[in-house]
Amino acid sequence: MNSIIAINDLSTRLGDAWIHRHLNLEIARGELVALVGGSGSGKTTLLRQMIGLLTPTEGSIRLFGEPLFGGGTARERTLRQRFGVLFQQGALFSALNVFDNIAFPLRELKCFDATTIRDLVMLKLEMVELRPRHALLMPAELSGGMVKRVALARALALEPELLLLDEPTAGLDPDLADGFVRLIRRLGEELGLTVVLVTHDVDTLAALTTRVAVLAERRILTYGMLDEVMQLDHPFVRNFFYSERSQRALANAI
Amino acid sequence: MSRANYSETRSVAGQPELVLTGRWTLRALAENGKTDAAWQNHLQELGRHDAVSWNCLDIEALDSVGALLLWHTWERKLPELLLISPAHLQIFERIAASDREPAAVVVPRSPFEGLIVLGASVLAFKRHVIDFIDLLGRLVLDLFHLLRHPADLPGREISANIYKSGVRAMPVTALVGFLIGVALSYLSSLQLRQFGADIFIVNLLGLSIIRELGPVLVAVLVAGRSGSAMTAQLGVMRVTEEIDALATMGVSRSLRLIFPKVVALGVVTPLLVLWATVLALCGGMVAAGFQLDISYGYFIETLPKAVPVANLWIGLTKGVAFGLAIALVACHFGLRVKPNTESLSANTTASVVSAITMVILIDAVFAITTRSIGLPKF
Repeated sequence: MNSIIAINDLSTRLGDAWIHRHLNLEIARGELVALVGGSGSGKTTLLRQMIGLLTPTEGSIRLFGEPLFGGGTARERTLRQRFGVLFQQGALFSALNVFDNIAFPLRELKCFDATTIRDLVMLKLEMVELRPRHALLMPAELSGGMVKRVALARALALEPELLLLDEPTAGLDPDLADGFVRLIRRLGEELGLTVVLVTHDVDTLAALTTRVAVLAERRILTYGMLDEVMQLDHPFVRNFFYSERSQRALANAI
Repeated sequence: MSRANYSETRSVAGQPELVLTGRWTLRALAENGKTDAAWQNHLQELGRHDAVSWNCLDIEALDSVGALLLWHTWERKLPELLLISPAHLQIFERIAASDREPAAVVVPRSPFEGLIVLGASVLAFKRHVIDFIDLLGRLVLDLFHLLRHPADLPGREISANIYKSGVRAMPVTALVGFLIGVALSYLSSLQLRQFGADIFIVNLLGLSIIRELGPVLVAVLVAGRSGSAMTAQLGVMRVTEEIDALATMGVSRSLRLIFPKVVALGVVTPLLVLWATVLALCGGMVAAGFQLDISYGYFIETLPKAVPVANLWIGLTKGVAFGLAIALVACHFGLRVKPNTESLSANTTASVVSAITMVILIDAVFAITTRSIGLPKF
């Protein structure tokens, strides 16, 4: 019961190429896990399978000990309300303003009145360090960093236990990225979240995560603490962690 | 999962005390089944006594939804007598902080709202007209540029557009044209037979299809098929900043994106008109053969005598004008798309509606200006 995500013997086929083959991964409650891997190694595919947007060709994924699919729409919906997702481009509804974007999942629940929803939205905005005057802006009027913050607020609207992030710092300048990483870490600690993020930014990884899962050769090559992972002698690990840029980032983080 | 609950007890000093237990979280509260308001009223009732103390130490889990519920119960301040763990207190401090933030300023509605809306729409219309003239002007400049530098002619784009909006449109225009011909011929022959004027079916069909129905029918199909596609394409290119990318490479967007579309529709629409007209006449001929026993040979032989050839030229000229108008309107609206989904759908709708309206308007102008041309004299 303590494992939030349990992936068992998962294989994925896109076209006639196997992306994942017999992949296993178990993530425990309260972990901050980074999923790293070369480009095209199927990180985002794996993330999309975890949130039920894609079904694996073989094998199973269980979230909170329950299977992702089956058991009727009510059960599937309740399960999906227990995790929040931050998409790479934010995926804000461009026709709704910031307030309505964050209020959307709350309104879908149909058990809160307007005042409660307003207070909850304002609270989420405050959590992601935005001001109430930002609530009336449209997504097109937001800067890249603000889009990510609003998307994070929306992902947190239903008080999830699990937060999945796809490239949370992609497209942000280093300063904004640092701020956003700090924000995620603070919220993760305060709200007791389990966080899984896909990234190829060593800065983000070093600053944020408790564990690292390396995806290579169509499976999880290794899963453990950062320094354990770095012990592994594998071309990807050498390239990823021992490049000059990465070394600098790691030195800064420690 | 233990649900949110509360019980009333007496503390050591004999004061009333409310002990909160269970999970005060969104999911647990939603499962409680009671609505937010009912819960809150009951709690508020209990908390009404001044000396009541709140014991939150036994709460298993508290999230911002549960905390907000309590916050509303406490009328937006912490109660004087409160036992709570530091971690949970932090949540309330955050809520208090968000309460202290000044609310966003909402501009009050003006009493002259109607007048403002009217004025805004007049200004918006003016903007449309200016932008449209701007677009036309740029295309004329492009034309001059091409006359001096014929090598810049975007031949590939023109050919691609001709294929997309011409060749690919042939099956649907053929089907619609043929069926309209059949329907028109069938209904007319029922009337004509009553007067014994069977042979006039050729005049009737020939004139109406060649001069009026063919061009308008094709224009409506082209506006719905190619016009909307052009608007959506330009709109998405604006959303994804592709148009800006073109501009930074020094490629004129009007020459590369708009000019080929306008030229292609100008070329292709009269050809489609011809194609649809022929098929509509075939449909009419087949139906007339069934209904009135008019032989195909007689039909084909009589057609040129009954309908002066000027009508065909009018129909084809209409086709050119309609095609140009549809492409211009489609591009005009495509360039107005703002980077959000709502704007894309609104502009595509506006594009098709305006294009069809424009076509009918141009058709009326044609009807008036060509009223003395091509009609048989009696």
